[in-house]
Amino acid sequence: MTAKFSAITQLTLARLREFYREPAAVFWVYGFPLLLAVGLGVAFRDRPVESIPIDVVTDGPAGLAKAEGYAAQLGADPRLKLKLLDAAAARERLRTGKTGLVLTPTAAAPGWEFLIDPNRPDSVLAKSAADSTLLRAANPGLAAAPTAESDEVGGRYIDFLLPGLIGANLMGGGLFGVGFVIVDMRVRKLLKRFLATPMSRRDFLLSLMLSRLLFTVAEIAVLLAAAWALFGVSVRGNWLALSALVVLGGAAFAGVGLLIASRAKTIETVSGLMNLVMLPMYVTSGVFFPADRFPDSVQPVLQALPLTALNAGLRAVINEGAGWDALGYPAAVLTAWGVGCFLVALRVFRWQ
Amino acid sequence: MTHAIRVRDLAKTFPGRPPVEAVRGIDLDVQVGECFGLLGPNGAGKTTTLEILEGLTGPTAGEVEVLGRTWRRDPDGIRERIGISLQETRLADKLTVKETVTLFRSFYAAGLDPDEAIALVTLQEKARAHVVKLSGGQRQRLAVACALVGDPELLFLDEPTTGLDPQSRRQLWDVVNGYKARGRTVMLTTHYMDEAERLCDRVAIVDHGRVIASGTPAELILRVGGEHVIDFTVAGPGPGVEVLKQLPTVRTARHESPRDGAAAYSLSVGEPHRALPALLALLQQSPAPLAGLTTRTATLEDVFVTLTGHGLRDAEGSAS
Repeated sequence: MTAKFSAITQLTLARLREFYREPAAVFWVYGFPLLLAVGLGVAFRDRPVESIPIDVVTDGPAGLAKAEGYAAQLGADPRLKLKLLDAAAARERLRTGKTGLVLTPTAAAPGWEFLIDPNRPDSVLAKSAADSTLLRAANPGLAAAPTAESDEVGGRYIDFLLPGLIGANLMGGGLFGVGFVIVDMRVRKLLKRFLATPMSRRDFLLSLMLSRLLFTVAEIAVLLAAAWALFGVSVRGNWLALSALVVLGGAAFAGVGLLIASRAKTIETVSGLMNLVMLPMYVTSGVFFPADRFPDSVQPVLQALPLTALNAGLRAVINEGAGWDALGYPAAVLTAWGVGCFLVALRVFRWQ
Repeated sequence: MTHAIRVRDLAKTFPGRPPVEAVRGIDLDVQVGECFGLLGPNGAGKTTTLEILEGLTGPTAGEVEVLGRTWRRDPDGIRERIGISLQETRLADKLTVKETVTLFRSFYAAGLDPDEAIALVTLQEKARAHVVKLSGGQRQRLAVACALVGDPELLFLDEPTTGLDPQSRRQLWDVVNGYKARGRTVMLTTHYMDEAERLCDRVAIVDHGRVIASGTPAELILRVGGEHVIDFTVAGPGPGVEVLKQLPTVRTARHESPRDGAAAYSLSVGEPHRALPALLALLQQSPAPLAGLTTRTATLEDVFVTLTGHGLRDAEGSAS
């Protein structure tokens, strides 16, 4: 009898059934991250640099003839797309991003000057390309270093993105899967109804964690399989270490979700709180771009966020081929968040 | 054990500005095997009283004993033995009837087979239907099935038929009567007096957090003065209430708010065959003509109006 009607089993089954019978929920959890991965993977697929626009000023102090001479020399590099223009027009094109570099011929050595936008990578690249082409033209004997091209996977944007998406998915899943569900039950007075039965509160919370875990395994498997099939992204490190990290991440965010939901009385409140927690981490925790883009002064804060730690661990295992040794820091941060939130949540939890 | 529920000086004040005294000193004794009703308008304190008995809210003061146990000493022992249907619980939409009942069954150490509980509320045909597809009456029966699946000794129903159509109400009454027939105890709240008369062995009428009368429905009706009521309307100024009280076997007379210049009266009488001719004779001498007259059996509604001076449904928008 007891085995047939185990509360943990029934509560977990109920969560699974409710989820799989809700097509919208299934889409947001499985479809959306997949679409995001495909969309971003295609949009930011790596291509060789095909063209570098450079403007050569014709009305500079050294005159038109010299400008045409430089243009001819620069033409030796087929990637450089040259335009001969007056100074005002060329500056305007640089300002609006239509060209990367303005070259003005001068009388003094070395015979030209550059105008660049130091904040734009394409501008900096255009300067190096023009510089080296002109130097080679001036020194024809200089041999070009042999350059081989690597086509190995691992350094592309999709390789960077996938661990970030897995991390973001674990965060969203934990927060929604626990936080939203609890508040929904509270609003429906279902939590109160459960409380009026001999149901153990521990069983209830454990079943939420357990159902999250089952969803998570499926979610991550779908994402990894799709990334492998479409982009050839593979896990280079230890699969067991990856699984441990996923479980730990899922549990930590389930704890955060529980805390968020512990007192919220309406769906609106809990949605607001979840966005308040999730949006900053989407931006700062290295989902779409590395967290170290932010200034050093805020790094201690960013590095202590659960998603930053999780993403760092996932990247180390998936992209860099790390094993258990890379898990120390992420595991410490995630455990601290998970346990801390869970304990606080249990203290302040409003059952009805 | 003869008492299923024993309550002494129960009080509950909700903090706030100003604090709300929902319950102000209630005593109750519910015997094993009886169906006891708490009656009263919305906001009378019925639900608060019930939630204290169910262990969902703590009392501010007073003693509560449920099935010989107290919530402080043996909460799990009580929870294992009671079944509850709250007002407006929305069960999970996408679970089936059977899955929902099975889920509730899993919380109890012992109880009925889920199919058995579903049969008790005659939802067998809907066992595989999702909750979202059920009608209001079917959902309410499902809620009762969830309360029954732990095979409770004591069943709490908070306004079990509010908002249901007459057919669904009758089906639910059958379920409650079936449970009662097995010697179990029921405590319910309602603001439908007909429901109380149909189901309850004894009732307590609650108003403003106090019990203002209790007893069997028949006792209460007798206490107001008569089992029969004569309602009549005259088109214009009618006789005074004091005059009407002089008529034979008239116990009480109420003059209800006049509309369109007409005046409505309600008399509770012991013997209508004696009171009615005298009343008609009196009205023939009255200048205003008689516009309407009906006689009926007195109900708990009349008891409530007589005791409180206000209508039972004043506080609510509609009632069936």
